[in-house]
Amino acid sequence: MNAKPLSATIRSVGLIGPGFDNWPEARAVLAGNVPWSPVATRIPSPGVLPPAERRRVGAVVKLALCAGVEAVDAAGADASRLATVFASAGGDGANCHAICEALASDDRRISPTRFHNSVNNAASGYWGIATGAMATSTIISSYDGSLAAGLIEALALAHELAQPVLLLVYDHPYPEPLAAARQVSDAFAMALLLDPRGNDAPRLQLGELCDAAPDTLPDAEMDAVRSGTPAARGLPLLALLAQGCSGKVVIDYLDDLRLELSLTA
Amino acid sequence: MKPLLISRHTATSCIGTGLDATRAALAEGRSGLRHCDFETITLDTWIGRVPDLEAVVMSPALADYDCRNNRLALLGLMQDGFIDAAIDAVSRYGAKRVAVLLGTSTSGILETELAYRRRDPVSGALPPDFHYRGSHNIFSVAEFVRHAIGAGGPAWVISTACSSSAKVFASASRLLELGLVDAAIVGGVDSLCLTTLYGFNSLELVAPEPCRPFDPARSGISIGEAAAFALLERAPAHPADDAILLSGYGESSDAHHMSSPHPDGLGARMAMEQALARAGLATADIDYINLHGTGTPSNDSAEGAAVRQLFGNATPASSTKGATGHTLGAAGGLEAVFCALALSDGLIPGSPGTRNLDPAIDIAYRQVPQHAPLRHVLSNSLGFGGTNCSLILSRAGGKTS
Repeated sequence: MNAKPLSATIRSVGLIGPGFDNWPEARAVLAGNVPWSPVATRIPSPGVLPPAERRRVGAVVKLALCAGVEAVDAAGADASRLATVFASAGGDGANCHAICEALASDDRRISPTRFHNSVNNAASGYWGIATGAMATSTIISSYDGSLAAGLIEALALAHELAQPVLLLVYDHPYPEPLAAARQVSDAFAMALLLDPRGNDAPRLQLGELCDAAPDTLPDAEMDAVRSGTPAARGLPLLALLAQGCSGKVVIDYLDDLRLELSLTA
Repeated sequence: MKPLLISRHTATSCIGTGLDATRAALAEGRSGLRHCDFETITLDTWIGRVPDLEAVVMSPALADYDCRNNRLALLGLMQDGFIDAAIDAVSRYGAKRVAVLLGTSTSGILETELAYRRRDPVSGALPPDFHYRGSHNIFSVAEFVRHAIGAGGPAWVISTACSSSAKVFASASRLLELGLVDAAIVGGVDSLCLTTLYGFNSLELVAPEPCRPFDPARSGISIGEAAAFALLERAPAHPADDAILLSGYGESSDAHHMSSPHPDGLGARMAMEQALARAGLATADIDYINLHGTGTPSNDSAEGAAVRQLFGNATPASSTKGATGHTLGAAGGLEAVFCALALSDGLIPGSPGTRNLDPAIDIAYRQVPQHAPLRHVLSNSLGFGGTNCSLILSRAGGKTS
């Protein structure tokens, strides 16, 4: 796919998932230093939001914001100056379910908060309110390949701006009855602060669209997290990062294509 | 930026299916809005409904994608030879060199809304014919178009509310500039559903009459539906005089509120300034502004303030929302196509629905269509949640006469 290789250093990571409250916990597990306790993802509360907004937001927004804040803080970056790319396969399913239930009832009135939380860019909007960031913010979806799509857009944007870009990837399971039609195993969020400049951090490079099988994780239970949640498709890349290794990783993208990535430690 | 060639474009909305009908309606200043007769909705409001959409039939190969939104996408693709031009780009450049980047806000949610009425009374399950991936999922429309034309390059949907299908032009520009692809199918598709009609009603943002952008008596939006597509390629060294180019874009965030714009239009102004800078143009170079112009009191005054600060009250501007309604995620793409038509035809569209001008907004607002020589035009798309995008389109060979 590349005319010229597109790459950026990974300055920092934010992570929330099953058994992981943050990136240091996940890094220790993925590096093989600590055993993994696969407990259900704990949804954090975003302290960056004003209290009124904090009460209104759904789990999806909390996940995205908290992972983003972790990555920004870890890098000592200024969130108000960062461009952002949000990527999510399904957005806020619980909110959508509540709206569809109301619309199917005799009383179709839906609350204004429900409606404004229904836009796919809710996480981006609340991020802007929380951080004051007025740079561009894009919200991308590509079904199970939403992470891959987000990476392409974020790396392209970082090169265009010649500035760091924060990529936030997040998904949350649907409630029933939607869950029967679209299964997401658990909540997961990952934030990467991607900097096109500098060489003092591991460098991620975009490879080709290919038809190789996606990379998996050696632990079958943890691999079920990867395959069960679109936002967790980057776990093999994060394992390389945690282990301080260079290598290539293939992740899911479109139904007939995968995306190859390489990491230089 | 290096300007990109818009080698083919098409639009389908309530004012017309395809470009001929669309340009005729714009030239006449005609509105396609009608009192809401959609589905079982009982709201007292006006809508921009695409005629005969219910009659569109999907081919069996794409039956999994059957929903109102993808039927609208298919109807749109079939106009003006667009689908043939897209397939031709795939064969010229190779499938993996063609991206499909589309904007939508609600995708095929209508199918889910209807399926919720048919839940199993005992188990609560959705009916077995409900197909999540082909309808509800936000990516559905890009996946459908990708399959319909055989493209194999990067594909995604941008869903930033009302700026969605303007921002895909910016994304595509980046991929072309970096050499990741040789062509991109961009645009937007959004269709009528209950979520947006009842949702905007709950925010008290829908008008009980056809919307009246920039009118002192404006009271909200009219919701519409549309499909708009453009084929973007690198421009040749010497494009034809009548070639339409994408020459700039700007993207910003309001960082203000989920459902109301920054009161001074600061985010909108930043997007316009960036678009001008990227195009290497001054405000005096812009011959027409297609305003976001939704018809809500706060949006129009914020956008009016931003345009006034930047352009003064000299640059002709209008809103076409009174013709088509606010087509939400398709609005940016639809109005980019209107700008391409304006450049081709030397026609500044009017503002159907606007009876009087808000005296508090001092810009060169145009209510009726007007012939004028045009070279560079700007289109604003300002999204719910505060995501803004401005596009600049240009005519390669100077002004129309």
